[in-house]
Amino acid sequence: MKTNGYKPLTPAARLPKCPTGIQGLDEITDGGLPRGRPTLVCGGAGCGKTLFAAEFLVRGAAQFDEPGVFMSFEETGAELQANVASLGFDLTGLIRRKKIVLDHVYIERSEITETGEYDLEGLFVRLNHALDSIGAKRVVLDTLEALFAGLPNEAILRAELRRLFRWLKDKGVTAIITAERGRDQMTRHGLEEYVSDCVILLDHRVNDQIATRHLRVVKYRGALHGTNEFPFLIGDEGLSVLPITSLGLNHKVSNERISTGIPRLDAMLGGRGFFRGSSILLTGTPGTGKTSLAACFAQAAARRGDRVLFFSFEESPGQIIRNMRSIGLHMEPLVKSGWLRFHAARPTLCGLEMHLATMFREITRYKPAVVIVDPITSLLSAGSNHETKGMVTRLIDFLKGAEVTSLFTSLTHGGHALEQSEIAMSSLMDSWLLLQDLEGNGERNRVLYVLKARGMAHSNQVREFLISKRGIDLVDAYIGPNGVLTGASRVAQAAREKAEALTERQEAADRKRELERKRTALEQQIAGLRSEYETEVVELRRIDQQVDTKTRVLTAERTKLGRLRQADATVTATPHGNSRPKGK
Amino acid sequence: MMKTRTNQHPKTVSQRQPAKLWQLRLYVAGQTPKSLTAFGNLKQICENHLKGRYRIQVIDLLAQPHLSIGDQILAIPTLVRKLPQPMRKIIGDLSNTERVLVGLDLRAAA
Repeated sequence: MKTNGYKPLTPAARLPKCPTGIQGLDEITDGGLPRGRPTLVCGGAGCGKTLFAAEFLVRGAAQFDEPGVFMSFEETGAELQANVASLGFDLTGLIRRKKIVLDHVYIERSEITETGEYDLEGLFVRLNHALDSIGAKRVVLDTLEALFAGLPNEAILRAELRRLFRWLKDKGVTAIITAERGRDQMTRHGLEEYVSDCVILLDHRVNDQIATRHLRVVKYRGALHGTNEFPFLIGDEGLSVLPITSLGLNHKVSNERISTGIPRLDAMLGGRGFFRGSSILLTGTPGTGKTSLAACFAQAAARRGDRVLFFSFEESPGQIIRNMRSIGLHMEPLVKSGWLRFHAARPTLCGLEMHLATMFREITRYKPAVVIVDPITSLLSAGSNHETKGMVTRLIDFLKGAEVTSLFTSLTHGGHALEQSEIAMSSLMDSWLLLQDLEGNGERNRVLYVLKARGMAHSNQVREFLISKRGIDLVDAYIGPNGVLTGASRVAQAAREKAEALTERQEAADRKRELERKRTALEQQIAGLRSEYETEVVELRRIDQQVDTKTRVLTAERTKLGRLRQADATVTATPHGNSRPKGK
Repeated sequence: MMKTRTNQHPKTVSQRQPAKLWQLRLYVAGQTPKSLTAFGNLKQICENHLKGRYRIQVIDLLAQPHLSIGDQILAIPTLVRKLPQPMRKIIGDLSNTERVLVGLDLRAAA
């Protein structure tokens, strides 16, 4: 095999790629499979090798106008057509339009006797004929290893396979060769020895009874590629590989705010609710009202005219509608008018990949503005914690890319630290509400905290979360010297405070009356004093007048006397003593 | 030229079994040494064991590639026993006469 033919150092020397059209794979491989070269796809039984190859051909023929030849060593043409038809591939139509040739190579060991020298020229002729008949650019050899079972002489076979791959390269066709996974090597018969340009490994693992498919590009000579294992799935639209990094972190962001459906909660979130397109995590222990809160949000969104898609993994849609009616949420009309859609599935129904695919598909079809997943933790049972995180990352990526507001409820089991088990997810979320049970005085009460809300001023306070016939409401929890009080204790505390206030008011009134009385008494006293004072003033004035009168009388008399004594000097009588005495 | 050459003999009965025609097809791809060897060997075996009741059809896949599909031909040369039923295939240059005879059911496996 050629090993030094490519120097992908300059963009001009970039390896030509052949797009597969398989969702996600072209992103991982940065454009597709190496054009004009064989690619080995290996994996165990039932991991999707044949489908992978078939999709490569069908998409090549349908989307990229590259006709292809499918040489099957295992399935007959009819079987293959039926199998891929279930994935929405119109193989039959493509065959009719001469875009694809299906050739079933059948080898029955018991029919064959080997005597002496031979080669596989027949296969070459056959393949060449098929290629030339439609001008094929792509070839699939589905489990070439069947030859090892059918032909006894391995030495000849190996020599011929080497020649075959050389020949495929010379023909310039992009080929996929599938092979069974070997026990301690990539393929059972060591085909990787011959195909060294690109090797893709498919894997089907069962974790806790749930199977997940993985794809890994083991080798891609001369090109950058993602080396991680990527989960992939086989849905009714073919394969899709789900690269975590496909979208990066460059979502468009919106400044629009949307209401939570609970005015008090909006108030806690800077007064206007969540950002559109943000992701919200709602955690809580069982029975704290996660679904109710989610339903409330859903109803508000649907009434506002946003399409809502509600993924339920625990309750059937009918049950949710019935239960929510009991708290005053009427979802049925919204479902009927098409603003709200439920999608319910058991988490254990299928693997994580399948759930994700279904969700992607539903979201793509329905194009909701709000997506609710209730609860995301149920999916944990369908995969490992790590996988779930990867899945949620991809889901959030996907939703954010589409500017869909998403709300995930998450069940925390009692006994665990409330914040801890969600660490994996919480860092991905923009907002995080925590619902909690507070037990005390023989009752449990629900409280709500806003643990985080990126990009908005949010309340750091606890609110009591009330679910009543009229819906959900938040009230201030009582926070006093005895700690946070909720429910009946809060009411009792309020009553106690009311009584205390009443007593205080009465006491104040009493004191006020007392003071009033005192004031009145003082005022009376003041009035008495004033009248006394006024009496004295009158007395004083009277004395003054008497003195005046007396002086006037004296002066008059003294003048009269002087006149009688012919005194010429005018004598001024003074009331006081230093004048001449009266009697002189 | 060995293309579609047939050796047809009148149905002379030389054995006790009822006469039946053996229809053989030899697939080749061009006149390679292996093909020529195979044809020579086949001819000889037929003459020795099936004299007068066989018919050989040589198909050159280079000239008629589409014929490779019908009989599921991969290896070259391949001898196909079309008749009598069931179909038998013998691949290789037929140099091992014993094995050819076993393969054609002309002799039980030792």
